[in-house]
Amino acid sequence: MTTLGTAAVLGLVAASVGFALVAVVGFYRLPDVYARAHAASKSETLGALLALAAAAVAFGPGETLKLALLALFVLVTGPTAAHAVARSAADAGIEPWTRGRPLPDGGVDLARSEPERETEPPEDGTEGRR
Amino acid sequence: MTGVPEPLVADALLGGAALLAGLAAVLLGRVVAGPTVHDRVVAVNVVGTTIVVVIALVGAALGEPGFLDVALVYALLNFLLSVGLSKFSIERGGVL
Repeated sequence: MTTLGTAAVLGLVAASVGFALVAVVGFYRLPDVYARAHAASKSETLGALLALAAAAVAFGPGETLKLALLALFVLVTGPTAAHAVARSAADAGIEPWTRGRPLPDGGVDLARSEPERETEPPEDGTEGRR
Repeated sequence: MTGVPEPLVADALLGGAALLAGLAAVLLGRVVAGPTVHDRVVAVNVVGTTIVVVIALVGAALGEPGFLDVALVYALLNFLLSVGLSKFSIERGGVL
């Protein structure tokens, strides 16, 4: 394999891991199921496509058709599954979180960590901790 | 060309697969902690997509094209799992 192919594999794998890291951080930082589905359907799909492109470069031209089929399938089904889950959440009566509402369990209040949006002073010493 | 790639490329592919598997393991915390069943389904879907990618990367690192068939079938099952769970977790069932 040429040096250009090696560099392409390294760059694509690094970008894929970066986008997967963004998706995981979004899963822990975002407040409700709709925002988490948004993190899943965009960052994770792009990271998966970049990793499959790295595998296609490493395999060479013999396996490009099968990997292109796999990439097309990931590209179609990832957002479709996220859409189905978000719609079933809406049908189940889960309200989307907006600023000022109490947070659902398991989320981190992003608005409270920015002091200019709050009118009341912090009640304990944990406000500055991120 | 189905040979094993050169060592630097194989190490990069295996290292990327290991990091992605670690991120999927971290994401299992959201599956445990998710307040609703929909949070868990979305997180399991992302874990499944990551596993598909890990299978493809390991197959590329070992020079085994047969791993791609396994990855394709796993992607199909992952999609069916997400749609089925979201369809049957509510009464009406018309999500797709």
